[in-house]
Amino acid sequence: MNVELRNIHKHFGNVYANKGINLNVPSGTIQGILGENGAGKSTLMKILSGFIQADPGGEIILDGTPTVIQSPADAIHVGIGMLHQDPLDFPPMRVLDNFLLGQSGGLFPNRNAVAQDFKRLAGQFDFSLDPDNYVDALTVGERQQLEIIRLLWLGARVLILDEPTTGISASQKAKLFDTLKKLAGQGMTIIFVSHKLEDVENLCHRVAVLRAGELVGETQTPYVTANLVEMMFGKEITLGERQPAKAGEIVLALKDVSLEDVRLRIKNVNLEVRSGEVIGLAGMEGSGQDLFIRSCAGLVRPVGGRILLKGRDLTGKSYHPFKREGVNFLPAARLEEGLVPGLTLTDHFILAEEPRGLFIDHAAGQKLADERIKSFNIRGAPLTPVESLSGGNQQRAELALLQSPLSLVLLEHPTRGLDIESVIYIWGKLKERCGQGASIIFISSDLEEILQYSDRVLVFFNGEVSDPMDASKTSVEQLGQLIGGKGWAGKGEADV
Amino acid sequence: MTQETILIGLAGVLASAAPVIFAVLGETLSERAGVINLSMNGTILLAAMGGFAVAYNTDNILLGFLAGMLIGAIVALIVAFASITLKQSQVAVGFVLALTCRDLSYFLGNPYMGVPGPRLQAIPIPVLADIPVLGVLFFRHDLITYVSFIAIFLAWAWIFRTRPGLMLQGIGEKPAAAYIRGANVNLMRYVYTVVGGALIGLAGPAYSLAIRAGWMGTISGLDGVGWIALSITIFGGWNPLRGAFGAYLFAFLQWLGLVLQPVLTQVPSQVLQVAPFPLMILTLLLVNIGDAEWVERALAAMPESARKLLSKLLRALRASPPAALGVPFERD
Repeated sequence: MNVELRNIHKHFGNVYANKGINLNVPSGTIQGILGENGAGKSTLMKILSGFIQADPGGEIILDGTPTVIQSPADAIHVGIGMLHQDPLDFPPMRVLDNFLLGQSGGLFPNRNAVAQDFKRLAGQFDFSLDPDNYVDALTVGERQQLEIIRLLWLGARVLILDEPTTGISASQKAKLFDTLKKLAGQGMTIIFVSHKLEDVENLCHRVAVLRAGELVGETQTPYVTANLVEMMFGKEITLGERQPAKAGEIVLALKDVSLEDVRLRIKNVNLEVRSGEVIGLAGMEGSGQDLFIRSCAGLVRPVGGRILLKGRDLTGKSYHPFKREGVNFLPAARLEEGLVPGLTLTDHFILAEEPRGLFIDHAAGQKLADERIKSFNIRGAPLTPVESLSGGNQQRAELALLQSPLSLVLLEHPTRGLDIESVIYIWGKLKERCGQGASIIFISSDLEEILQYSDRVLVFFNGEVSDPMDASKTSVEQLGQLIGGKGWAGKGEADV
Repeated sequence: MTQETILIGLAGVLASAAPVIFAVLGETLSERAGVINLSMNGTILLAAMGGFAVAYNTDNILLGFLAGMLIGAIVALIVAFASITLKQSQVAVGFVLALTCRDLSYFLGNPYMGVPGPRLQAIPIPVLADIPVLGVLFFRHDLITYVSFIAIFLAWAWIFRTRPGLMLQGIGEKPAAAYIRGANVNLMRYVYTVVGGALIGLAGPAYSLAIRAGWMGTISGLDGVGWIALSITIFGGWNPLRGAFGAYLFAFLQWLGLVLQPVLTQVPSQVLQVAPFPLMILTLLLVNIGDAEWVERALAAMPESARKLLSKLLRALRASPPAALGVPFERD
């Protein structure tokens, strides 16, 4: 389906999220929409998918017909389906129920027929989804696959994907890209929204770049990366050089640690982390990294082995003794586990300080907040509630909350969903901490990030843990193979 | 005790659980849609009094039941309006209504205190009633008890087997996702809260026109039933079948208290009367024990086979509330 956006404006208060956007996407095209966080990509896509309406004067023209889209249900009715960044599905319900929920029809859905359709569609794209499984047991990548076939089943002819490569594994990304290319070949219109240059360059036929609500340029393959970056940020940005760590004393030592949860078990891990060192944990989501990192924070109790922090045995202790030894944990779910929604930045800084007396010293809190906001470059005011900050600024706020002195920082997906400017900034701040003697262990599904910033890498596969590998001597391909379960025969082989 | 008296006692358990079942089903529907109707305890009292008064004045039992449902629906409508349209705290509004309705029922019910009135008669079902054991247990009840049996399965089938029922689950779980699938979230929340309220209201006349016929004001012993029904809804994991099981368990414990009184003479009768309540709390505790950190830690120290079995059992018992329970829905 041909999609044409004409003169789209959208303002919130006196801020323009979209300013006079004109875009034409012919049928069968994979159109990239590139821009940093807050550039107006999401607003534009919400307008196209019926979540919000454009200011009067704008037009959406589908196959030559001006169309008014009042709601997401309207959008799917005219053939526009959207895949949201956080999948809008129902985790405690079964895959098949998720699939058929929203389909119109009689009182009692014919589950057998629906299951047939489901299996046919899943088979067509080589997705291995069990219709009887529960959605909360699926990875983000599998939930995306479920949404894609659901939208196709409902008759989508335009597919909008909002940051779909965030939080999925490399192999799932490859499969997603194959699927999208196949769909485009069948005449589907694909709109791919991202701030990841690499993904856009690898997949899209053409790219439109948004900056500060305006369409600043359109290009086609072959792309010149420097040009795209300049269009996105208005200036050039380069990644920093790799800086190897100067190995110091041993901060964390794991001796024959075994871990277990309902799904998998990890056996006899031995690891020594030295001060200033950065350890990256790679692997498909749910391969055991999350369990591992939580055990280093005292949030998961090992079923065997010992955990020593600076020589002190903390095996079986809870988070607080770990924290007293200078361990801080920043979980992936920033608003659920890291920050307190409803409290302001100032409240957070006050809470993180050692309490002195019963009453809050607001003046001191205000001063502290002003300082931290400035030094961590957070776009927000002291009295801004944390949930209204953008993802990048929430992450900066979390970094500003890290205690001092610090011996070990544990991070889950520290830069997931952030634009490149924030990524560079956040790693700059983290490396500063390393310089002061802290070690870092982090989980990421972005292999480039792992190799760029870690000194050593551990790969997880289905509860197996590789020996530590030197990041400077490892390639993305090697990591990819291990993550996908290849080359594990002798565990020693992975060692470099 | 003879077998006959035990059977009749158990049949009594099934009948006396009927009002609790209506209340649990009503609350389950309401909470599945994301609205907590905390007014339940007061609603049941007001509906019991109102239903009795209407049936007494019109000499029509059916009108009495309808009046009870209407009262429940109206109270639920207030909860819905305050929480969905005005976006006020559901807990605060519901709690105030629970107190108001209770006191209103005592005040308005004064003229009907102890007045003999109409009562629903048992209707044995021909043929089925003569089956040994089962006949006494299931087929010699009054109409409202039969309705309670059927309502359990209807509510279960609606939530888990029909298309609108799936959407109902979705609305309580993640309203934004239900919205993009075409649901009118707030309208549906109104509908389910009001329908659920009518079911809760039905519990009132099920007492005052059937099980404990008449209106006895403060000594009618109905105060507290609503709170029990609320906890059974949670214990039942928002599932009509499990909720019904909880209601029967509670009625059974109450009956056991009565039966054991003559046997355990050394135990004060008050202890046996009160025992079902702490026992219910204990059950609730057991159901959700798997979430506690110390249990996880205790499990980690156990030998493998026992740990696997126990953690599976705890997982099966655990029920998570609808994720959007009590959260107002806004489109963006």
